[in-house]
Amino acid sequence: MFPACSRSAIEPGEGLRVDGPGTQGVAIAVFHTEDGEFFAVDDTCTHQDASLADGWLEGCEVECPLHASRFDLRTGAVDAPPAKRPIRTHAVAVIDDTVYVTMSSEPPNLPPGVQAGATA
Amino acid sequence: MSSGPQHVVVIGASLAGLSTARALRSQGFAGTITVVGDELHRPYDRPPLSKEFLGSLDAKVELGLEGVAENLDATWRLGERAQNLSALPGGGARVVLSGGDAIEGDGIVIATGASARCTLPGVGLPGVHVLRTLDDAMALRADLHEAVADGRPVVVVGGGFIATEVAATARELGCCVTLLVPDDMPLRSVLGPFAEPIASLHREHGVTIRTHARVQEVRRAGASGLEVLMSNGDQELAGTVVLGVGAKPATAWLTGSGVTLDSAAKGAIRCDETGATDLPAVFAVGDCAVWFHPGLGYHYPIEHWTSAKERGAVVAARLLGAERLPISRPPYVWSDLYGKKLQLAGYRSLADHPDAVAQALEGGSLQDCSFTAVYRRAGEPVAVLALDQPRIFAGIRRRLVTPTLSHPSARPEGAPA
Repeated sequence: MFPACSRSAIEPGEGLRVDGPGTQGVAIAVFHTEDGEFFAVDDTCTHQDASLADGWLEGCEVECPLHASRFDLRTGAVDAPPAKRPIRTHAVAVIDDTVYVTMSSEPPNLPPGVQAGATA
Repeated sequence: MSSGPQHVVVIGASLAGLSTARALRSQGFAGTITVVGDELHRPYDRPPLSKEFLGSLDAKVELGLEGVAENLDATWRLGERAQNLSALPGGGARVVLSGGDAIEGDGIVIATGASARCTLPGVGLPGVHVLRTLDDAMALRADLHEAVADGRPVVVVGGGFIATEVAATARELGCCVTLLVPDDMPLRSVLGPFAEPIASLHREHGVTIRTHARVQEVRRAGASGLEVLMSNGDQELAGTVVLGVGAKPATAWLTGSGVTLDSAAKGAIRCDETGATDLPAVFAVGDCAVWFHPGLGYHYPIEHWTSAKERGAVVAARLLGAERLPISRPPYVWSDLYGKKLQLAGYRSLADHPDAVAQALEGGSLQDCSFTAVYRRAGEPVAVLALDQPRIFAGIRRRLVTPTLSHPSARPEGAPA
């Protein structure tokens, strides 16, 4: 578990890309839903190199800003192609004003041409 | 919803048709769905056909639009073309297919898309291509790879997205490429002054651009060569010719059906803001349709992938009698050129200064081929254009405003953004 950001760093309905020592070489996106919940998933769409933190958040789903596949932030499941593989989800705990993330131990589903460890 | 349709016939098995069928199921429709498609292929994604699919030698580019375990519980009539549509008294229609069968639906969704325009003399010659379907792309790809091997020139005709993407992809494969554009620059009508960095990219990568080219005919030259003739008498020799001169809604089969075809929109099916045609329980969506735009106050054509995808949900909701319809976002289109992403969203043609670099440029520079431009109307952002700045673009796109025109007479001349 590592501190990803402060709670107030993300407005409800927005996402934040976090890329640092704690994310193990894979940028993640932390989302703050309109209902006040926090979720963390890998930031890069599984189809092509696009940042989901830049996408549209609707309820518990985020839509990729490039080609509009939608990912469920609770399960990582994708609704429809062009993306076909799910996104990894990471456990989140909000303690006081800090959002903590525990990285998934599964390998990430990165799109072609994107590698873990590459600095973004 | 007991009065809703029992059998929805979706005519067209590409993005718009699939998205509508998918939305019907996700919105709870439990009746019968039949999907008719004139191609034999399952639904596939067209944007990569001029980009990574065309450029890949080993053909391993995933194009399928259906999820791995997706099952829409639909009857697929692939390889059959709808030939005729006649309205039924109670709503819906009877559709006659090319194989002779007729199917009746109490809900009809027309999603036949558009076909590549090819009216020039010489389009049927070997080595002359259009690009719309997967089969088109496979044939063109085979020819391009031969052109790499034998060094014979590839001539691409057109100044829009498909023509410029094909030129870039062919050049990156190693072909000798000449691009014949109708204006003074490729993508001029779509990008205005911001077309210049794209033209520079083409030149830097070794594409020869010939401007103000009015192509009249393609004809044989020598044993196996081709010759592109222009109205000023110039000619361009080629081994392969690609015609990327636009698309026309695939609606000719609906003549006389009672569905209104809009001659001002290339014959697209005229629909209200939910895709409803003039026939009860008959809808149209995607490139074959032009929808009324309630904010703008007139019918506004959007021939982009994202609209084809989003609007299926609107049609489904309307067919099923939903009280609330999904919200449509401003149109969005992207292009990939030489590893750079070009993105355009919103209504550029409605901006106060659609052609002024100084007013629009938000960041970056044209010289560096990396910039973001924001177009405003009365101070509000109505369109955004970016080259190689996807993150900044995404942030601005989410804040775009759809202009509301108080007077439909404010409709601008020419093509929309």
